[in-house]
Amino acid sequence: MSVTPKVLAGYGAILLLGLLAPVLFPNFLFQLAVLWMMILFALTWDIMGGQMGYNSLGNIFFFGAGMYISAIVQVGLYYNVGEYTSVYGGVQVDFTPHQYFTGLTLGIIAAALGCTVFSVIFGRIVFGLRGPYFAIGTLGVALAAGELMGTWEWVGGGGGIALPVYPYGPDQRARLFYYMCFVLAVVTFVFLKWLYSKRFGHAINAIRDDEEKAEAMGIHTLRYKTIAFAVAAFFLGMSGAIFGNMIGFIEPLEVAFPTITFGIFMVVMTLLGGKGTLWGPVLGAVVFHVVKEATWTYMLGWQWVALGALIIVNIVFFQQGILGWAAEKWPERFGIVVDKSRTAGGR
Amino acid sequence: MVTHGNGLIECHGVTKTFGGVVANNDITLNVPQGRITGLIGPNGSGKTTLFNSIVGYHPIDAGSIKFKGEEISRLLVPQIARLGLMRTFQQTRIYSKMNCVDNMLISLPHREEGYRSLLTKYPPEAVERAEELLEFVGLYQKRYLISGELSFGQQKLLEFAMALISEPEVLLLDEPTAGINPTLING
Ligand SMILES: Nc1ncnc2c1ncn2[C@@H]1O[C@H](COP(=O)(O)OP(=O)(O)OP(=O)(O)O)[C@@H](O)[C@H]1O
Ligand SMILES: [Mg+2]
Repeated sequence: MSVTPKVLAGYGAILLLGLLAPVLFPNFLFQLAVLWMMILFALTWDIMGGQMGYNSLGNIFFFGAGMYISAIVQVGLYYNVGEYTSVYGGVQVDFTPHQYFTGLTLGIIAAALGCTVFSVIFGRIVFGLRGPYFAIGTLGVALAAGELMGTWEWVGGGGGIALPVYPYGPDQRARLFYYMCFVLAVVTFVFLKWLYSKRFGHAINAIRDDEEKAEAMGIHTLRYKTIAFAVAAFFLGMSGAIFGNMIGFIEPLEVAFPTITFGIFMVVMTLLGGKGTLWGPVLGAVVFHVVKEATWTYMLGWQWVALGALIIVNIVFFQQGILGWAAEKWPERFGIVVDKSRTAGGR
Repeated sequence: MVTHGNGLIECHGVTKTFGGVVANNDITLNVPQGRITGLIGPNGSGKTTLFNSIVGYHPIDAGSIKFKGEEISRLLVPQIARLGLMRTFQQTRIYSKMNCVDNMLISLPHREEGYRSLLTKYPPEAVERAEELLEFVGLYQKRYLISGELSFGQQKLLEFAMALISEPEVLLLDEPTAGINPTLING
């Protein structure tokens, strides 16, 4: 898509809506913050899953790892983490506003960097696996991480760890975290749009289509795979750090490594919207999150059945997702066949 | 000038077995520089296997393979490809969800590619060169078509054009003319 006034107006409207949300929908700020996070989840999942053809079921690992890294930094800067987790609740633990914001900032940075390092190690282990083996291998890592954190008493074990308490009022707190989620999702989108338009985008698409061919042509496949994973980890790590602080309390299985909820949602949202595209994950996340929030609690235990049905319908009848379906229906709108912009790898 | 044996590719006693099947048994051959060398044999005689051994697709059981005098039998596929030794596949392989021009661009040489080039776009000259070669194999009209939608023969031609743009020093073509129009083969 080229930059026409229409496209610009579209971007402007989305940004404006995002910026004004705290004024327009003050009662739904938490849900909207989660929506931006869902968009980030789908976008980062699609780097590997859609653009590169590596279906990871373990990306949630970076979300949880980022959350814990940030917590350790935020607490560890001012207290002994082991003592903090063992006495919390019994003793009043205070963070001054300055300590709070310094910790939060450094925590988010450490989460991003730490997860990037983790992704390189993680990648070395799982990149030897292909297809379903890769999916199961990554899933295993995420599940194991949750269980392991539950046994690590220093960071609170299965009981979890509380994050520093926000020093000002609850409304301000809600707004702050909303904007952090909003900005992070937008930055992720813009970064990926830029990245996919470069040679990098071409290379990971080539790996998706035929990795053996790509190797035979001399493409640095391992390098590209490592970078793709690292980019996803970098943004997911930050989102984990922010989410942990937004919730205020980290528990290993439900909050940090929610493999069967957020971990699966990121895949479902991307497939629903259309994998391997830039807008597909965004669209999928919005549709999924809105429908889920509207119906989830009314389904009285049937929500998992509904989710399963959605996945089956999606995969069996509707593989290309909403965006892929629209592109087939109105090809000229998506510039298919004769459109130079597609050669930039940007799709 | 590097001095080495008498060939660009030198295979010495190359042996490759699959379980009980000896696909290549003690193969010694030299491929001289600047010439077209053919390898013929009946079906199942081990031609593709030898190609696979040379480009590093699988480890060999015995023997040595040298490219420009350098032992390559322990290098990985992309490393060997970046030395300028490339192959096409008997079963045509292209990037089927990308269009023809994109297939060509991604096949540009990766030899001196650093990390920073990942973040660049293809220069207009590269796109021109890609279109030129597509014109050469008769695919110019189809250049923005998703390559998976090309006919079998057209895919083979695209694969050949991709091999050309990658500027190999040696190109191993596995059954390059199967399924291609005879006038194109001779022309
Ligand atoms: N990966 C493999 N695993 C087991 N056996 C194999 C493998 N690859 C090749 N072979 C066997 O090695 C032998 C040689 O096969 P190869 O494909 O090299 O023959 P070819 O000369 O290329 O034949 P064609 O002319 O049909 O392409 C065959 O008997 C084949 O079954
Ligand atoms: Mg063969």
